[in-house]
Amino acid sequence: MGSVDFLVQGIIKAFELIFSLNPYIMSITGVSIRVSGTATILATLTAIPLAFAISFMQFRGKQALITLINTGLGLPSVFVGLFVFLMIVPIGPFGFLDMVYTQKAMILAQFILITPIITGISLAAIKAVPQSIIETVYTLGGNEKDVVIATLKEARFGIITAVLAGLGRGLAEVGAILIVGGNIARTGSVGGIGEGLSETRTLTTAITSETSKGDLSTSIALGIILISLVLSVNILANYFQRRD
Amino acid sequence: MEELFRIENLSKSFGNKKVLQNINLKIFRGEIFAFMGPSGVGKTTMLRLLNLLETPTSGKLIFNGNDDAILQKNYVMRRMSMLFQRPATFNTSVFNNVAYGLVIRRVDKKTIEKKVIDALALVGLAGYEKQKALTLSGGEAQRMAFARAIVFKPDVLLLDEPTANLDPANVAKIEDIIRKIRSELGTTIIMASHNIYQVRRIADRVGILLNGELIEVNTKEQIFTHPNDARSYAFINGEFIY
Repeated sequence: MGSVDFLVQGIIKAFELIFSLNPYIMSITGVSIRVSGTATILATLTAIPLAFAISFMQFRGKQALITLINTGLGLPSVFVGLFVFLMIVPIGPFGFLDMVYTQKAMILAQFILITPIITGISLAAIKAVPQSIIETVYTLGGNEKDVVIATLKEARFGIITAVLAGLGRGLAEVGAILIVGGNIARTGSVGGIGEGLSETRTLTTAITSETSKGDLSTSIALGIILISLVLSVNILANYFQRRD
Repeated sequence: MEELFRIENLSKSFGNKKVLQNINLKIFRGEIFAFMGPSGVGKTTMLRLLNLLETPTSGKLIFNGNDDAILQKNYVMRRMSMLFQRPATFNTSVFNNVAYGLVIRRVDKKTIEKKVIDALALVGLAGYEKQKALTLSGGEAQRMAFARAIVFKPDVLLLDEPTANLDPANVAKIEDIIRKIRSELGTTIIMASHNIYQVRRIADRVGILLNGELIEVNTKEQIFTHPNDARSYAFINGEFIY
């Protein structure tokens, strides 16, 4: 079999797996969306108030917090994975939570990775709102609360872009969730491929394991789903950026 | 004439720089008062102090008989509005922009709709409700800002060089709007301008600001025909060197 045939057959089989809604593939996709989606929601609920507090309030340690967020923007995911793992491992300080190799641990790791991204981009979007908008709110009789609401409205497309960037990072991330989640699937086999349904196996971690096992068509199928998800998120982010 | 603003010994400094010094002035309800002077003499700061966007370094501001307006900031700010040289535009429709002052005052939807339509008609923008505000031309955006500033019928409208960036046709439209706002709504208008021709066309009384001092306050007729101060005369006749 030539190299092109081998690739074409792999891709054809990959599409068969996707369109037949193979339970193994679907369970992995479900875990990916659930983990990254939940982490993004929690990170958004933390990051947006944080970005507004930094923009509008004066408090001790503000500069240190900004430095921490900027550092967090380039945080290596394997380092975050290792850090969370050391915290939740049974002999670690939070070992009593019994979180190792669970989706909760994966959500926590992604939360740590995503929060600085959403905060940083939201901060930039809030800072881009002209001072004249804020003064106009005051001159029309608004108070501090009205200023925050008006700023949120003006920065809305930038903030949506920030959230989507966080979701994209979460979906594409592999190092941290591999360490804290363990890439676990149930024993047995579903749909004739791979192993049982996913417990902590995501699209990215499954690609690494399926490729190392030599099951390239499953890897390609997972890759197509992953790239479609990330691409959709980026197309959406791009759309909101252009509307800004 | 009923007194609306009383300014007593008002001064403002930014760091070591004294921008306004010992300003004393009364402004009356329903008049168009213009602060006139060259660029950089403190006209904008004067308006920002009246709107309580800035806090004076010393002195007193009495609004509508309420002693010390600064202590009643919310009450005072809700009774006036200010227009800047370049109006800020909210990234939404013309309707939402104009409705803003009413929405934050929790006016009911039906009343908002009627008032917005009336305000837009007054500034010659009837039918523009659904248009995106960011697509308006400079003149239209300034007229929309006028509608937004008067829709909740403030007692005072503060105008900072309201036509500085506009072409002559739009200048004429804006001056018409200013006259209409005074005659139809009875709003007191306080403006800052370096344009002596415009001040002559629309103001009732004029205060000349030079180097942070209010050197002369008088009726328009008096200022333009028989100014009391030699520096006023020099400024009006384009002979003032600064």
